Formats: sequence, structure tokens, C-alpha cells
Amino acid sequence: MKIINLDHISAKPLLPEVKAAMIEAIKKDYHNPASQHKSGEEAAAALENARKSVAALINCEIPKEVVFTSGGTESVNHAVKGVALANAEKGKHIITSNIEHNSVIRSLRRLKSAGFKVTSLSVDASGRVNPADVADAITDETILVSIMHSNNETGTIQPIAEIGKITREKKIIFHTDAVDSAGVVPMDVQALGVDLMSFAANTFYGPTGVGGLYIRRGTRVFPLLDGGVQENNKRAGAENLIGIIGMGKAAEHARTDMDSRLAHLKKLKEKLLDELPNYIDEYIINTHPEFSLPNLVSCSIKYIEGESVMLMLDDDNIAVSTRSACATGSLRASHVLLSLGLSHADAQGTLVISFGIDNTEADIQAFLDSLKNVVTTLRDISPLYAKASKR
Amino acid sequence: MLYNKTVMDHFRNPRNVGVIEDADGVGEVGNPLCGDMMTIYLKIKDEQIEDIKFQTFGCGSAIAVSSMLTEIAKGKSIEEAKAITNKDVAQALEGLPKNKLHCSNLGADALQLAIKNYEDIRAGIARPEPLRKDEHEHSHGKSCYCPYCDIELTEGATFCEACHSSLEEEH
Repeated sequence: MKIINLDHISAKPLLPEVKAAMIEAIKKDYHNPASQHKSGEEAAAALENARKSVAALINCEIPKEVVFTSGGTESVNHAVKGVALANAEKGKHIITSNIEHNSVIRSLRRLKSAGFKVTSLSVDASGRVNPADVADAITDETILVSIMHSNNETGTIQPIAEIGKITREKKIIFHTDAVDSAGVVPMDVQALGVDLMSFAANTFYGPTGVGGLYIRRGTRVFPLLDGGVQENNKRAGAENLIGIIGMGKAAEHARTDMDSRLAHLKKLKEKLLDELPNYIDEYIINTHPEFSLPNLVSCSIKYIEGESVMLMLDDDNIAVSTRSACATGSLRASHVLLSLGLSHADAQGTLVISFGIDNTEADIQAFLDSLKNVVTTLRDISPLYAKASKR
Repeated sequence: MLYNKTVMDHFRNPRNVGVIEDADGVGEVGNPLCGDMMTIYLKIKDEQIEDIKFQTFGCGSAIAVSSMLTEIAKGKSIEEAKAITNKDVAQALEGLPKNKLHCSNLGADALQLAIKNYEDIRAGIARPEPLRKDEHEHSHGKSCYCPYCDIELTEGATFCEACHSSLEEEH
């Protein structure tokens, strides 16, 4: 049974080359990279080789500025809490946005209970932060600005370089959560002007459980994990070398194949957006028409609920993600979608369709065909649709 | 799979979907804020539910609950139908996931409102709109779940005993 994966935001398949590199790494039985004997040095060489590949992907000139972590969540926690704790004597004010991932929101919530103050900026109807709002929010107490590069629910990309100019001028530490961007779109820590950047290997077809945190040299940040001297004293614990080798291989391919991947993904996204009106009506596209990821479309379908849509598509062997409160378990509507000004009912009917290099135009076509039937079936049951059609 | 076979069957092949145009009683519950909305239509003959139909906006569980409720209520006398509880519907579905139990409350609530509407009409109490109820009781009653670790919290807790998070804002 072939499943069409249009839920790449939740999981991407490993590249065959990544699998091969990781299997090779397992067979090699690497020693601890921190050990100074020959076996240790061999492991250290493999580790540093992967670090170079990952650094090159984000145009980081000093590979040591990349710290390997257990994934995007750890990177974000490290950046946000590490900067806050290391700079608390300078001030206790942090600026963020209303649409951040829970790893940022909940890290900040934790810091708030330790006396930090947080300003959370709203986004405009297109889902973007206004850089001028960041400038206005800065006070003498501000020690950190943390704004995500792209949003995982809408795919909308934030004006990070513009914000980076402001934070550089004001000498405030700037972190961007680029977990859904790095390895998908070209990423340049110099051009963006960020001091910290969180990213994850699975975003570019590497293994889950491995990520990276870019820390610009000279940035004051405490480790999240205390212990040994690994990762230049920035992240204690013996490295997940097999995963890191997989990440390094994935980064090499992401860099060399960036242009062809972008072209392929853009074609799929265009097909989906261009043809959707021929299959369903009354929907809202939450993804920015210009500033957005090439591999994600967020669509709120009116009068029906997302989990039902997801389950029915699943019957047709098509995997998508929904932002419906019912499906996320929280029973609360998505804070991101409400921030865009969507009604609760519209937020409930939101699908996130995210594709990858393994998808074809035929996959998009199968989705469109299936979606048409599902929407008709569910609207026939829906009291909201019945009321709307009576008007 | 989140749902059991019975729930999935009623979700995929919902029974008694639709509208009864000349209904003797109509009940509406929920709002999109809660995630679900349900409308129940009744046709009553000789104090028995001769026909029952539903429309639902909601997740798989809400649709399955609506379908099962109509199956249970169909053919019952008004008095018997009044005794149908949310628990009966959830049991007939052979259980719902913990965080979906609140959906099962919609079903019996909508049915009871539709019966009330029928009785009001018969008693000569005219209402321009069908009876509706915006908020429904969550079946886990006063219990809440920790926003950090999803462990059930005791009433009035100021911190989560499992993960020691402070809950002042949330709870």
C-alpha cells in the first residue's frame, strides 16, 4: 500500500545517501570523539567533517560556531534560556512574536516565572511581523529578540534580515528559529544578521533526533546541558555521532541540490494553488503569496473540521496535517491561525499540506481528487454549510 | 489509530445524516469555539421517535457520536429517550480517547434539547429559533490537564505535581 506523504512538515524520509552514510558509521563502531587516542581522533575527524558540511549550509564561516544538539526543540531551548540566563544582569526583557513554535513560547513562559518580561508582537493579516514593531519594543532592558524564520503552520517567512539590522544597531542578541527553513531555502547567517539560529536535520532529509544551534562567536549564552567539555563547552554529553554523520551528509546534498529542489517544490506548490479552485470553493489560503516556504500550503476550508478531513484523506492513503484544535489534543484553536485573524470555525478547518522532493505532480493530483470528495461529504453533514447555503 | 473500529465505522458511514424539514423538535448544541456543533431533528409519532436525523460540524469523534446517538434514540419512546446519557453513547461506541470524551457530551445534550423543543411546541410555547446551547459541560468535569506535560491536575492546583510547572496563568 503506497501512502502519499503530503505531511513532510511532520516527517521527511531519509535520503538514500544519508541512510548509507549512517549504516557505514554504525559499522565503523566509532569511539568517543573526546578521547585523545587514535580511535578517538578518528571519531573526532568524522564529527568535524560533519560540522563543516552543516556550517557551509548556513554560510557560517567558522564551523565551531555550529553546536550539535538533539534537534530543533533543544536548540531553541538552548538559545532562549541560555541567552536569558547569561545576560540577566544586563536586563530581563525579551521580544518575540505571537506565532512562535511552542518550544519558544513555553521556554519564555518558563523564564517569565523566573522574573523575565516578554513582549510578544502581533503579526499582520498576511502573517508577518513588522520590523518597526521590533524597533519600538526595544527598551534598555532588552537582551534578546527571538523571531522565527518561517512558520510551521503557514509557511510564511518573516523579514529576518530587516530585524537583524535593527538588533545589530542596538547591539541586542537576535535568535531565529529556522527549524522549518534551514536546508529548504537558502540560509545565510551573515546576510540575516542573526546571532543564533536553531535548525534540525530532518528538515533536509536527515535523521530526527539531531539538530544544530548556530552561535555567533562572542555571543553570551549559557549551556542548557552542563557536564563535559563537548561541543566547545557549549553542549555537554558525548555526541550522537551516527546521527550527526547523517546530518552532515544531508547538509551536503541540501546545499548542492538546493536549486533543483526549489524548482521542483515550487512547481508542486504552483500546481496545488492554481488548481485548488477547480476542486473546492470557499477556502482561505493562509500562506503568504510571496514570502513563504516552497514546500507548504496552509488552507482553511470553510464549514468543515480538519480532523475529519485528515481522517477521510487517510482512507485514500493520503497523509496531511491539520491544525484543528480537536486533532492537536489541546482542544484550543491554533494560536498562529487566530493571530492571523481567522475565526475559530475557519481555524478548525485548516489543513497543512507539505510536500517534499519525493512527491510528484501525480501526488498533488491524487490529493485534489480525493479532497473534492471529502469536502463534499463533510459539507453534506455540516450544519454550518447548511446555514450558509440557505442565506 | 486514535479511534476504535466502531467509532471509525460510524465516522466513515454515519447513520441518519440530514435534515427533517417538518421536524417536531430541533436541538442545537456547541459552537465552533468548542470545536464542534451538532443539530438533531426529531419526528415524533404517538410519543415515539419515529425518525431522527443529525448534522454535525466536528471531528471524527463528534460525527461518530452523532451517528450512534441517532441509532440509539430511533424508535424509543420520549420517556426512554430522555434517559439516554452521554455515557450511554460513549459506551455504545466502545469508548473514546480521553481528550475526545467531551465530544460525546454534545450528542445527548442535542437530543435532550430537541425533546424539550418538541414538548414546548406541544405546550404552545412558540420559539422563533431552535433551542440551542452554546456551552456544554466537559465530561472530565472540573479536571484540567497540565499544559506542559498533559498530566491530569487536581482541582485548584497551582503547580503540576508531575513536572513542577507553575500554573498560575493557565489554571
